[in-house]
Amino acid sequence: MSRIPLSALIGMVVTAAYFLAAIFADVISPYGYADVVGNVWDPVSAEHWLGTDSIGRDLLSRMIYGGQITIFVAAAATVLAFATGAFFGFLAAVSGGWVDQVLSRLVDLLMSIPALILALVILSVLPVSVPVLIGVMGLIESTRVFRLSRAVAVDVAVMDYVEAARLRGEGTIWVIFREILPNALSPLVAEAGLRFIFMVLFISTLSFLGLGVQPPLADWGGIVKENKEGIVYGIPAALIPAVAIATLAISVNLVADWVLTRTSSLKGGRG
Amino acid sequence: MSDIKNPVLEIRNLKIEATSYPPGESPRDITIVEGVSLTLAKGKVMGLIGESGAGKSTIGLSSMAYGRGGVRITGGEVLVNGIDILKGGAAGLRKLRGKTVTYVSQSAAASFNPARKLMDQVIETSLALGVPRSEAEARAVALFEKLGLPSPKTIGNRYPHQVSGGQLQRAMTAMALCPQPELVVFDEPTTALDVTTQIEVLAAIKEAIRDTGVAALYITHDLAVVAQVSDEIMVLRHGAMVELGTAEQIIHAPREDYSRDLVSVRQVNHAQKPAEGEAVLKINDISARYSGLKFDVLKQVTLELAAGQTLAVVGESGSGKSTLARVITGLLPPNGGSIEFGGRTLSPSLKGRSKEDLRELQMIYQMADTAMNPRQTVGAIIGRPLEFYFGLKGAAKRKRVQELLDEIEMGAGFADRYPAELSGGQKQRVCIARALAAKPKLIICDEVTSALDPLVADGILKLLLNLQKEEGVAYLFITHDLATVKAIADKIAVMYRGEVVRDGGRDTVLSPPFDDYTDLLLSSVPEMRLGWLEEVIAHRKMDAGGE
Repeated sequence: MSRIPLSALIGMVVTAAYFLAAIFADVISPYGYADVVGNVWDPVSAEHWLGTDSIGRDLLSRMIYGGQITIFVAAAATVLAFATGAFFGFLAAVSGGWVDQVLSRLVDLLMSIPALILALVILSVLPVSVPVLIGVMGLIESTRVFRLSRAVAVDVAVMDYVEAARLRGEGTIWVIFREILPNALSPLVAEAGLRFIFMVLFISTLSFLGLGVQPPLADWGGIVKENKEGIVYGIPAALIPAVAIATLAISVNLVADWVLTRTSSLKGGRG
Repeated sequence: MSDIKNPVLEIRNLKIEATSYPPGESPRDITIVEGVSLTLAKGKVMGLIGESGAGKSTIGLSSMAYGRGGVRITGGEVLVNGIDILKGGAAGLRKLRGKTVTYVSQSAAASFNPARKLMDQVIETSLALGVPRSEAEARAVALFEKLGLPSPKTIGNRYPHQVSGGQLQRAMTAMALCPQPELVVFDEPTTALDVTTQIEVLAAIKEAIRDTGVAALYITHDLAVVAQVSDEIMVLRHGAMVELGTAEQIIHAPREDYSRDLVSVRQVNHAQKPAEGEAVLKINDISARYSGLKFDVLKQVTLELAAGQTLAVVGESGSGKSTLARVITGLLPPNGGSIEFGGRTLSPSLKGRSKEDLRELQMIYQMADTAMNPRQTVGAIIGRPLEFYFGLKGAAKRKRVQELLDEIEMGAGFADRYPAELSGGQKQRVCIARALAAKPKLIICDEVTSALDPLVADGILKLLLNLQKEEGVAYLFITHDLATVKAIADKIAVMYRGEVVRDGGRDTVLSPPFDDYTDLLLSSVPEMRLGWLEEVIAHRKMDAGGE
């Protein structure tokens, strides 16, 4: 094993901290996420480490539960985006011909509409619940994954071993999962890290605009929205979730970068 | 040999190292070349010969004090005109490279800038050395003429894609000679060319060396080629010198066992078997073209192959021999004609073929590297056809995989390895085992030995012949290498521009009277004796650039 660079180490520690906080939210958060336990916008104190929010709930607890929702929604949407995007991308690359044309043009069509506007339009029609949010975000982002997976798979699909599999008589599913997927994995893994961060930003944006996670639940974007008036009075409550989003984004990026350089090494690493 | 006065190049006790990065281990230094010394006088040519990995290119580049990738010269001296260039620093090298020492690489097609005209590239170094443009161009034109390029006055105005591969290789030689160097390093300059083109380039290079009086290092893996151009030959193996001698001595009286092996390579031979059994493959009147092309790549090809026999399809690149393989396997449906296989008519496209058709028709590729999924183990690669065609699972599958590994002369323990952990010859053996696993009637071998070193290729050919004896499988053997054909074929079909120009039993095809093309092809195969090149050229009125 080569040594892990400092940047990746920092990224891993911070990412792990956020994920652990999200997983064990019930254990570590000092108060319930909806309990009013103080006055409006109490400053930082021993009871409330980050102060209280716009209606007197403990901000640290809100942040921990908010992180849980943010990370869960983003992760689930990323998984959905990759499952659909990568599958159809590989399918397009392996099948070629009209299958490729239909899928690729459909994706072009979807990508020509700005993602945020498309999401807002869809969510304003559908009931806004967490599963719907995940579905909409995942499917919109899957167009980006489709493009990447198709590009990667087209390169792999022309290799002789794929031709050998076809000559053997293997079906498309075997070719996709056994021949292409293992060889396309490393760019996809790195992309997954980046896509996760885009999902975090996406869900935060939607919540900030009011079409994301609905109260009393709140993700980080929602917490910014609830506390944004405080900024006028010099109260920093809205900045805390912003800082959380930024640090999570940077730390996941640091890890993804490292994964990418490691697995795409020409020295024969089998990531 | 060190008694030569004022040698152009003198290498003393060269040591070259590189850092290797084995997966999962810490990096370590490995020695690539050790203890190599040579002396080269003005106007002389030294051939460096060896298998891939022998360090011959590395030694060639060291005469310019250059190491590719992480390769470092860590010991010894490299003297050009008596000055140690390893101590000259960057400024010293700048004066040396491109002026005193120049380099001709293997693939001219990959080495030319496709966006610039040939002339600009050929005279680039001369201009950088301060030669006036008019004089540099005059030199280039003279070199074009000497190297036998067509219309030497205007060919410089063409772009690299507008000339053929052989012409490009000659233009590159002109590029190397244009600054009037004292030493030229030729790194496999004809390896990527067809035999009929190789001979012209070889003759041009030899003449240019003689006329300009430069010293040259000629690097190749083909002893027959190096014998034609070299005064002295150094045989290399694993980065060390095996033998150094005059070309005559190495060819006729090699002292070391390894040199003897190299000289006597391609001794694989077998008697032509009479066609007995039923025809396993009948190709009737096949024509084929790729979509978008306006002409047929295959024109009414008709061939027949009996069970247990080997049909060799020979031809230059572009003759349509690989297309023929694609048609037979069903990857490219033909636009005319039919294929009979084992008594039944094959569906033209892959989709219409039964599992049994697919099983009985297997294929082995030229590049074993890309023919195996790098993320599957050898056991998984060989095991898949067993599972797919015969439903073998678990212990039965493992047992059969081991039997197949034994058949290809690879021992236990290979089943868990990944392709990256195998040598080139071993990879090709695994591909053979994968084809055999299906118990086929016919295996299409597409240039299976051309990416391998001669000794390794010989082993593969022997293995294929043995397997044919045991399993009775027929081979359709596609190759451009006539030595391979002689070694393995029962029947031969010579292809030229999509047509079969000659076919029949091996001994008939290889005996006169010949048609023009077969004659050209056969006489172009380098023979391992001195003076062969001159004889052939004298026989053949060399048409300037007749490609």
